[in-house]
Amino acid sequence: MSDAKRPEENTPRGTRPVMPPGAKPAMPPKARPAMPPGAKPAMPPRARPAMPPGTSPTGDGKPRLTRKDFASDQDVRWCPGCGDYAILATVQRLLPDLGVPRENIVFISGIGCSSRFPYYMNTYGMHSIHGRAPAIATGLKASRPELDVWIITGDGDALSIGGNHLIHILRRNLNVQILLFNNQIYGLTKGQYSPTSEEGKVTKSSPYGSIDHPFNPVALALGADATFVARSMDRDTKHLQEMLRRAHDHRGAAFVEIYQNCNIFNDGAFFQFTERDTKPHRTLFLEHGKPLVFDEGRKGIRLDGLQPEVIDLTDDRWSVDDCLVYDETNRELAHLMARIFFHPELPQPFGVFYREKRPTYEDLLHHQIAEVTARKGKGDLQTLLRSGDTWVIEPEPAEVTP
Amino acid sequence: MAVFEKPVEVLPEATVLFAGDSGDGMQLTGMQFARATALARNDLATLPDFPAEIRAPAGTTYGVSGYQLHFGSVPIRTPGDAVDMLVAMNPAALKVHLPRVRRGGTLLINVNAFDRRGLELARYETNPLEDGSLEGYQVIPIELTRLTRETLADSGLDKKEIDRCKNMFALGLVLWLYSRPLEPVEQWLAQKFASRPKIRDANLKVLHKGYHYGETHELFAVRYEVRPAHLEPGLYRAIRGVEALALGLIAASHQSGLPLFYGSYPITPASDLLHELSRHKNFGVMTFQAEDEIAAVGAALGASFGGALGVTATSGPGLSLKSETIGLAVMTELPLVVIDLQRGGPSTGLPTKTEQSDLLFALYGRHGEAPLPVLAASSPGDCFYAAYEACRIAVRYMTPVILLADGYLANGAEPWRVPDVASLPPFEVRFATEPNFHQNGEARFLPYRRDPETLARAWARPGTPGLEHRVGGLEKEDETGNVSYDPANHQRMVKLRAEKVARVAREIPPTEIFGDPEGDVLLIGWGSTRGAIEAAVEHLRDRGLRVGSIHLRYLNPLPPDLPEIFDRYHHLVVPELNNGQLVRVLRDAYLRPFVPLNKIQGLPFQAREIETFITELTQA
Repeated sequence: MSDAKRPEENTPRGTRPVMPPGAKPAMPPKARPAMPPGAKPAMPPRARPAMPPGTSPTGDGKPRLTRKDFASDQDVRWCPGCGDYAILATVQRLLPDLGVPRENIVFISGIGCSSRFPYYMNTYGMHSIHGRAPAIATGLKASRPELDVWIITGDGDALSIGGNHLIHILRRNLNVQILLFNNQIYGLTKGQYSPTSEEGKVTKSSPYGSIDHPFNPVALALGADATFVARSMDRDTKHLQEMLRRAHDHRGAAFVEIYQNCNIFNDGAFFQFTERDTKPHRTLFLEHGKPLVFDEGRKGIRLDGLQPEVIDLTDDRWSVDDCLVYDETNRELAHLMARIFFHPELPQPFGVFYREKRPTYEDLLHHQIAEVTARKGKGDLQTLLRSGDTWVIEPEPAEVTP
Repeated sequence: MAVFEKPVEVLPEATVLFAGDSGDGMQLTGMQFARATALARNDLATLPDFPAEIRAPAGTTYGVSGYQLHFGSVPIRTPGDAVDMLVAMNPAALKVHLPRVRRGGTLLINVNAFDRRGLELARYETNPLEDGSLEGYQVIPIELTRLTRETLADSGLDKKEIDRCKNMFALGLVLWLYSRPLEPVEQWLAQKFASRPKIRDANLKVLHKGYHYGETHELFAVRYEVRPAHLEPGLYRAIRGVEALALGLIAASHQSGLPLFYGSYPITPASDLLHELSRHKNFGVMTFQAEDEIAAVGAALGASFGGALGVTATSGPGLSLKSETIGLAVMTELPLVVIDLQRGGPSTGLPTKTEQSDLLFALYGRHGEAPLPVLAASSPGDCFYAAYEACRIAVRYMTPVILLADGYLANGAEPWRVPDVASLPPFEVRFATEPNFHQNGEARFLPYRRDPETLARAWARPGTPGLEHRVGGLEKEDETGNVSYDPANHQRMVKLRAEKVARVAREIPPTEIFGDPEGDVLLIGWGSTRGAIEAAVEHLRDRGLRVGSIHLRYLNPLPPDLPEIFDRYHHLVVPELNNGQLVRVLRDAYLRPFVPLNKIQGLPFQAREIETFITELTQA
């Protein structure tokens, strides 16, 4: 799989000016501030039409939980204006809708700003070790498949110190949701470049510009054979909620990269995709079975060989029929879309890149245990202890019975 | 078959070492001899010695595989200091193992292998059978290869298959020499080669040929007999340390009702525990071969959070990698069992050799104030009870526990009296199911509320309605478990976590003394050195010294009755296979002049090394 061809190199360098931390972004002015918790919701929770309001979607007659039921009594301590607030609110709004008993929900995080997340959720949770959330979640989910396990991680946590665990949980395909809050910076340690920071980035630890080549998280997840890969953003909570819902619906490891603004150390990293002035022509929302159009229907994407190219739908030359129809079960298409990465001419894709059905690790594990048990019979401890070559020593010296 | 024409010499004990090329089937030969010996009711201990290389070139010294076996009518505590009989299938085996044979010992040598090529591969410049270097040993030259080929000339097997049978000739001969019955081996061969009658019959034929060779050949003027030992009555089986660890973990899971989750990353010599446990899925055992050591312990801790019995095992460098997660287990106060099969260090060190050099790391190898119980197993069979106890302590006190064993224990085997399941210590688990705090009509769950006796916090499994809570690595507020930066709270929590671990001492049984209950010297040991230490104590007492020994199962906390035992001896000696680790812990705890006795060669102690040290110490 080669990268989508483009005039310059395939990194985000040059897509926006490098600026020192804390400087004003040169990108479009903030359309609206990132929301503190409790601010007006961007979207009402989606009620399912078949369900009368006020009842649980499980239909068990229990009172329907609300967003408030999922907020813990701990003060949220992210910086005011942080994109994490919007993600937290989106998750808390979504959960009542999913029909999972609250006691069966577990949030496992690593270390970093985003990893404080579990403390703010009134569910079971563990704030673990830097990078290790997938490992801990693997043990939990493998041994307790009935639990609904969410992993909260960041770009440093998941892709740097925890890179190994991330790729392995994806290939094993445990049925968990992995929410990677990507802000392209180390926030909690106060502003070093991260494994997703663009080349040339000036930070405290790279005063002359970062020389590190960044990861493309979606391409990495696809490369690790993830069975569900999506991308969304903190400033489009409607889309985010839909992606999280679909991630939850997916049976397998669901990887969702969420572009999240760090307004303190990396403000505006994604403004070209998230802000009103540029979002329409800089983003491409992938929808299964639908043609790839963007910029409010004025432009589309077609394939020229293996090369995606922008076509103008406003003149007579091209129409929607010429656009590539997206198929999220097509691995090759997913790789093509993943490789459109901070491209100066092509819009950045968001949505579900890829999904496939593959048995989950915990299903295979317990199926194997059940199968062996059926074949050998349920283990009896005393018999096991007595197995192998045994012999009896009689109280009085006597013949030996093998 | 029992033609006892030749005189029989009765021995109290004997040590035999079978050695040959990796392809000579020496492990198998040794195990069959051990089995026949066990059925003859001898006490015994065995030690296999594999080459470190997976497939070393044939005939070289680094391709030599050995199996040592010490058996007797007296209590047998080690695989034997000095070898009485070495069976050497080739020059390399002789070269590697001759130093272990006592002066005057017997060398049973396959002379057919001592050709130019064989001598060259073993880097012998002259033939040791001819250059006088074996003077002082009783050499029995046997044309093992030729005799085997002759025996099987009309068997229809090819040359390679025929040569593979020559270990049975050696086995038959040694069984005759020590007056062991052939039947157990015959039965085993019949079973193993049931589907290949030609191979079965060839092996049986060669086995009998070897046996009769002893009976009829004038080389053998005498045969030996080792009479039955006084063993505790019961059902016995041979058990390796790794098998015993696996059974102990399964027993703990069974008795507690907690599903066993075992996370592990392949590492020598701990991998065998993963192999062993992964065979027992019908006990509900979940084995997880992780992507690395950190994931192995992380997954185990995740499983513990979910209410399983989370266990991991490792060796050497693996323990270093796990230490951060063990610290998280200290902070989250979740049960976790970490088994360390110690090997020579530092770094990659001596992966296939044994050492006791991780004690200080187990006790102190975490950042911050992170105490935890540390236990040690003292024999292959004892690994069963040590693993069971480690699980019980971990759950009862809601703490990670490190269990120290080593490569010598893991690979060594001994006869093991199979315990009754009903006789195992009780292992009850109570998960929290209800709120544990009531105030102003409000019921809440405080995850860090403690049992007043053990100081263990409540264990609420995810899935329990109403007890939703968060744990994590940040300092916890007392009782609520909320994140807290309060200075006084931090001090209180550090003290509480330490006190909880210290309270394990309340259930440590009184320390047993082996040998003299007071006197000249007390030997204080831990781990796999028990056999050598106790053998040395016996020998020293025979020589009139008043010597006792204690062997520590609990290394943290230490048993409370140690000071009054120390008071009863003039010298306090601490033998260890390291550069002095327990000795530092004891000096720190008791401020007495403990004397270190250290061996750091990747090898277990020999009893005589300890005896020599004690003799010199008491004469000084």
